[in-house]
Amino acid sequence: MKIPYYPGCTLNTVAKHFDASARDAAVSMGFEMEELAQWNCCGATFPLTPDNLIGLTAPAKVLSNARKAGDTLTTLCSVCYNVLKRTNKVMKDSKEKRAVVNGFIEEEYDGSLNIIHYLEVLRDRVGFVKVKEAVKRPLKGVKAGCYYGCMLLRPFEDIGIDNAERPTVFEDLLRALGAEVVDFPNKIECCGAHLAMNNEDVVVRLSGNVMTSAVGMGAELIVTSCPLCQYNLEKSQPKVSERTAGYAGVPIAYFTQILGLALGQPVEGLGFEKNATDIMPLLQKKGIV
Amino acid sequence: MPRIGVFVCQCGNNIASTVDTKKVAGEMSKLPGVVFTCDYKFMCSSPGQEMLKQAIKENKLDGVIVSACSPHMHEKTFRKASEAAGLNPYQCEITNIREQCSWVHHDKTRATGTVKSIDLTRMTIERLKRNKPLKKIKIPVRKKALVIGGGIAGIQAALDIAEGGRDVILVEKEPSIGGNMARLSETFPTMDCSQCILTPKMVEAELNERITLYTYSEVEKVDGYIGNFTVQIRRKSKYVDEDRCTGCGECIEKCPFKVESQFELNLTKRKVIYTPFPQSVPNVPVIDAPNCPKIQKDKCGACAIACGPKCIDFKMQDKIVTEEVGAIVVATGYQLMPNERFGEYGYGRIKDVISGMQFERLASSSGPTGGEIRRPSDGKVPQSVVFIQCVGSRDEKKGVSYCSKVCCMYTAKHTMLYSHKVHGGQAYVFYMDIRSGGKRYEEFVRKAIEHDNAMYLRGRVSRVYEKDGRVVVQGADTLSGSQVEIEADMVVLATAIVSREGADTLAQRLGIGYDKDKFYNEYHPKLRPVETVTAGIFLAGTCMGPMDIPESVAQGSAAASKVLALFSADEMAREPITSVVNRATCNACWDCLTACPYSAIERESVKDRQGNIVRWLAKVNEGVCQGCGVCVAACRSKSIDLRGYTDEQVYAAINAF
Ligand SMILES: Cc1cc2nc3c(=O)[nH]c(=O)nc-3n(C[C@H](O)[C@H](O)[C@H](O)COP(=O)(O)OP(=O)(O)OC[C@H]3O[C@@H](n4cnc5c(N)ncnc54)[C@H](O)[C@@H]3O)c2cc1C
Ligand code: SF4
Ligand code: SF4
Repeated sequence: MKIPYYPGCTLNTVAKHFDASARDAAVSMGFEMEELAQWNCCGATFPLTPDNLIGLTAPAKVLSNARKAGDTLTTLCSVCYNVLKRTNKVMKDSKEKRAVVNGFIEEEYDGSLNIIHYLEVLRDRVGFVKVKEAVKRPLKGVKAGCYYGCMLLRPFEDIGIDNAERPTVFEDLLRALGAEVVDFPNKIECCGAHLAMNNEDVVVRLSGNVMTSAVGMGAELIVTSCPLCQYNLEKSQPKVSERTAGYAGVPIAYFTQILGLALGQPVEGLGFEKNATDIMPLLQKKGIV
Repeated sequence: MPRIGVFVCQCGNNIASTVDTKKVAGEMSKLPGVVFTCDYKFMCSSPGQEMLKQAIKENKLDGVIVSACSPHMHEKTFRKASEAAGLNPYQCEITNIREQCSWVHHDKTRATGTVKSIDLTRMTIERLKRNKPLKKIKIPVRKKALVIGGGIAGIQAALDIAEGGRDVILVEKEPSIGGNMARLSETFPTMDCSQCILTPKMVEAELNERITLYTYSEVEKVDGYIGNFTVQIRRKSKYVDEDRCTGCGECIEKCPFKVESQFELNLTKRKVIYTPFPQSVPNVPVIDAPNCPKIQKDKCGACAIACGPKCIDFKMQDKIVTEEVGAIVVATGYQLMPNERFGEYGYGRIKDVISGMQFERLASSSGPTGGEIRRPSDGKVPQSVVFIQCVGSRDEKKGVSYCSKVCCMYTAKHTMLYSHKVHGGQAYVFYMDIRSGGKRYEEFVRKAIEHDNAMYLRGRVSRVYEKDGRVVVQGADTLSGSQVEIEADMVVLATAIVSREGADTLAQRLGIGYDKDKFYNEYHPKLRPVETVTAGIFLAGTCMGPMDIPESVAQGSAAASKVLALFSADEMAREPITSVVNRATCNACWDCLTACPYSAIERESVKDRQGNIVRWLAKVNEGVCQGCGVCVAACRSKSIDLRGYTDEQVYAAINAF
């Protein structure tokens, strides 16, 4: 099974290990992520306001290129996923906006692409039962907190990957990998997102809430699906440790790294050294490596 | 030659400012058949009516036209005056030259308005010339009422109708009457105990000789029309002979199996043979068949052994009874929106997050905790409770668009009950706005805040989660502009009031309308609040939308007074504007039957002397026909006509234009 894949800018630069681990894991799960021959930035920070159509042109271009490669497109970064999926909905539902955007990018795209997140590929196409069978290095005893953030889930009507208030897809995957899942209240709260650029304090507070609430509920590891979440959590960690009595930090990793680990891929190839936090002591303690 | 009189009204300046009424009258006098014309300041005043009567007599008029306001306003007035002067009332016709003419034209030279009034009146004259004298239709009225739903609204309606000397059948689908009010602890704004004020009414309904109670029953089919409904009621098998049961409760005592109690909203369990609550009316238990091993697999039977009068019959079947009634009151009430829909509040996942109705049961002296506020998870007395208002209400995205109206009040009540029962306990309330319109309602809320120290926070809650045996509530306080986090022992959700499941099916069965939220539609929201568009069917209580007990009771009484007014005569008179079938040309294609929105068309068979059916014909049920004319348009062979608006009349009017 080959699935057309849109990596996005971040996964092509600072989050290369997110990209690489996902591709490797795909291969051992029996499918291939086929990168689009041609793609551009999804627009990321462009707000998807209803009347600002210029923001839609970049993602619409990606979509129209992708449609030429097939009827499905998968992606990993939560922001790309959010932007592509919502743009696709606009292109499908609104005749007027579709006409304007298509006119601008000189394409005839009709919104007929099926945008699915890598997690959905695992859940709906491969199946978590199969994932579980493929596990070679079960994460026995690892208490993991799954951090969804905002973009993977909301707005619910547009995204619909899972129940927006009580999602389980991430937990179901981690359970299939043999981990013990820890439920924590801030798992679908915001990390501070782009405020990282101009208001670090807010980011430290919000990301801090995520980490301390997870650790408070017993998590020994936080798993993420978004480069921006990963960045904010990692970046805030020292300050949070400084400010919070009794908080000693927690390792943070992309879910694809954890997936690759469980599937038995060589630990060296998973890019753990690129994460700002060190997961090794935990893995050694649990006897996984 | 007809002798027609035309009366043109000035309506003060309402008509006269844009219509030259004198000119209209003058033009009309030139038409053949018109023998009298005049214009006058106020035709509807008593001198105006006198003038009309006198003109009819003096000029021996056989038809009159009043060109004035809409027939909705004064058609009745002028027809009555004409009748008093010896004319068939349906020989009086109205031309609307106000709402559809003078009010919509602003031409002060009066050119447009006058020309249009002349045209309209001339058309009416041509229609009137072809009028046939009509007689009011008399329908016999069966003076017995059906009330569907035995909540407080339905009970009140039944009691008032019985008090007025008429028989009532009260149908309730649960094993006991009482409805939601039976669950309440104390009631705002006076804080009287709900059971204490409700139970006497329930007992009265049971003992009143004019009231027949059908509990555990549902209406299956409704036929007929005002004054003459035929209703089929399914009396579900209780497995207990109601007539012989003494209500001793031995059976309940001996039943070895327990299941969740719906009446207690799953806060406790009940036996498989049960009465919903101790004061149930009638005090006859029913067996919950799907959960009874005796009925399912012939194992047990303990209750039957325990029963002294031997009234338990495991083979009992549902019964269908047919009743003939003249009027129906629908009072089927409300239910609450499922809280599970709001994942962020953790209902169903966190044990100590409960609904407002569950809180009523905790506070009720006949509830599972005997009236002590104890939280479900471990039975501890909560030292702090967070109440969240507007859960689903005023939330178009996830819930309903409307305000549930009673939650602000009952939440204030809950904080009071809580602070009275748990001294030193702290209540917090998250609200959007406080809506306390009603007599002494605002004072009631103030009292909760000022006297009972409830802490009101204006803002929404974003998340509720469990931590170390407590329930943490995260929310916003928009007045201080800050985010708050409260560690509480229990959370109470004021969930939206919604229409009953199946409300639409019942409405379709009855032929009454409902809105987008499946609440029943009143005929007119202000002026006819307890009637429906279907004559003879009335509404009361929360089946129409959220309301409190005083309003539900007032509506129950209002519906009863409508029923009693209908029953005050042996026959009721109806306007004769109904359709008639031409029996010579009808070819029984049944197009009219499918077209009629009121199901007023019936199939009639024509038999020969031997009794063999030789032909079929459409027949109009005059009791049901609303005179809408849809059938007339549908009939391809032009075999149906509408009295007062026959094709001939309508074409003549158009030709006169
Ligand atoms: C938590 C809470 C607290 C409240 N506290 C107060 C208070 O303190 N003071 C106050 O004034 N109001 C209060 N209210 C409002 C009050 O409950 C209602 O105003 C009142 O109960 C409405 O009565 P009803 O007869 O219209 O409806 P219901 O009480 O709902 O009665 C309807 C009845 O019809 C029956 N029924 C339904 N469908 C059918 C059918 N198809 N066939 C036969 N029977 C049927 C039902 O079983 C039920 O018995 C509160 C409401 C809530 C949710
Ligand atoms: S037969 Fe059914 S209702 Fe009677 S006691 Fe046994 S379980 Fe209870
Ligand atoms: S034991 Fe018999 S008489 Fe007594 S309540 Fe039960 S059914 Fe009625």
